[in-house]
Order: sequence, then C-alpha cells, then structure tokens
Amino acid sequence: MANQQPTSGNPKVDLEYRRRKNSEEMRYQVITFSLMIFLTLIAFAAVGFSDFSGWFIVPFIILLAVIQVIFQLYYFMHMSHKGHEAPQLFLYSGVLVGALTLLAFMTIVWW
Amino acid sequence: MHADEKFTYETWPAAPERATLEAKNKFLGFWFFLGGETVLFASLFATYLALKDKVPTAEHHLAKDLFEMPLVFLMTMLLLTSSLTSVYAMYHMKNFDFKKMQLWLGITVLLGLAFLCLEVYEFNHYVHEFHHTFTSSAFGSAFYALVGFHGGHVAFGLLWIVALMVRNSKRGLSLYNAPKFYVASLYWHFIDVVWVFIFTVVYLMGMVG
Repeated sequence: MANQQPTSGNPKVDLEYRRRKNSEEMRYQVITFSLMIFLTLIAFAAVGFSDFSGWFIVPFIILLAVIQVIFQLYYFMHMSHKGHEAPQLFLYSGVLVGALTLLAFMTIVWW
Repeated sequence: MHADEKFTYETWPAAPERATLEAKNKFLGFWFFLGGETVLFASLFATYLALKDKVPTAEHHLAKDLFEMPLVFLMTMLLLTSSLTSVYAMYHMKNFDFKKMQLWLGITVLLGLAFLCLEVYEFNHYVHEFHHTFTSSAFGSAFYALVGFHGGHVAFGLLWIVALMVRNSKRGLSLYNAPKFYVASLYWHFIDVVWVFIFTVVYLMGMVG
C-alpha cells in the first residue's frame, strides 16, 4: 500500500521525509503553545498588576484572546492545512451569527 | 484504503484522519458541529454580558467580589497545557505510535480532570461563601449557565476520550479508529478555545469591574 502523497517513489525516503515534517510541525506547535502562554500571562498581568483604566484593559485583553484563539484554531486544530475550506466556511458562519447575537443582546435586549 | 486494513509504521498514510470516506465525512460533520457550538456559546456569552452584575438587592455579590485570580490562572494553565498534550497525542497518532498516543491522551485526561475538580471547588466556594447560586440573581443564572455549560463540555470530552482509549486499548491504530481520536482531539481544542474567552470575558473583565 503506497503512501497518500508519494514524492520520490521510494517509500523509505518518503517515510523519512514525513517523519521529519511531522517533528518539524510539532516544534512549531510547541512554539505556538509558548506564545499562547505568553499572551495569557500578559492578559493576567494587565488585570492584576497594572494601573491602566478599564477602558484600555478590556479591549486589550479581548484582542489578546482573539489572537490566542487564532493560534489555537490554525495551528492546534490545523485550520492552516490544506483541505480546510469547508471547516472555515462552517466556523466563520458560526462566528458571524455569534457576533450578531452578541451585538443584539448587548444593544437592544434588556438594556 | 479500507477501514479494517492492517497497517505498519511504513504503510500508515500521511493523513489517517481523512484517508477513508467515513473519515472524511466525520471530519466535515464535526466541523459543522463546531460551527453550531460557536453560535451556542456566543449566545451564552451574550446573555452573560447583558446580565452581568444584574442583582436584585445590594447584599448580592458582584463579579469583582467573587473572582480570585490565582484559581482562575491555575485552571487556565491546566486547560492550555492539556491542549498541547493532545497535540502530542495526535503527533504520535500520525507516526503510528499507539502506546505514546495513549500515554499523551492519558495525560490530557488527567489535566482535564484536575481542571474540572477546581471548577467544582470554585462553584462550591461561591455557593457557600457568597450565596451566589443559579437562582439567586439574573447574574448568577447567566454565570452558571455559561461557565457550567463549558464545564459540562469538559466532562463530556473526558468521558469521550476515556471511552475511546478503553475501547481501542487492545486494537491498536487503524483507519477505523484514527479519525475518532482525531475528532475527539479537535473537540478538546475547541473546549480550550471557549475557555480562552471565558477567562477573558468572565473572569478578567469581571475583576476589572
């Protein structure tokens, strides 16, 4: 049984190539993780140990959360890989409806 | 490629999570479900933001009286780390290393369980120390609905991963179960995505006031 993406016609070489590619990707995942931890630390520090006003801190930590979630989606959940067009359509449709819901609840419902 | 085919390290495909038709369907269907989950959590977040600190009388505690940073920080670190350990599990799945995949999934489950125990402690603390319950105020209802629903997802994710680990423990990896493990790990990452917004919007913004 051949590999899905034979590149050299020699399965042993393909295997080594894939193995290397996998471990390279894993290294990127660990870097992504360190960045996520770093963003989390900044967000907690901004709230716990800074004197900025809420008008600055709130948009700032929401921005950090959005960046962190993009890392999570595109690297940990592999949305940056090929063949994720449908997942992007599904997820962004969900985000759009979700954003409309948030907007509606925070502006015209109960206020 | 067939789901029941026996594989070796050499013949294992590069993308086992999408190598069969069933796997492709699972992958697509699961992302569709995640789109729906996004809407569901967004409406819970919207409700929480609209009802935050809406309490009937002045004796009720508000968000800034309740939340404590060390506990939330610890929970965040546990869940973030469990996201990385499940990435490790999928790395070993792609390299056809069943034992290491099981090991990393096991670590993921332990971290998730620790998170859940802290959440139970946290809720218990709010109920007994602050009389902040599901029915005490609109704020309480919105808070427990959002955070509790996330906790419920964590509990379900743990049961799911443990069920897969136990059910497949003697089978080894195949194209039948590799997509199942992959989809469960996607679910686990999504739980973490939701938590990132919870710790930011509920806890950190709550502490800001």
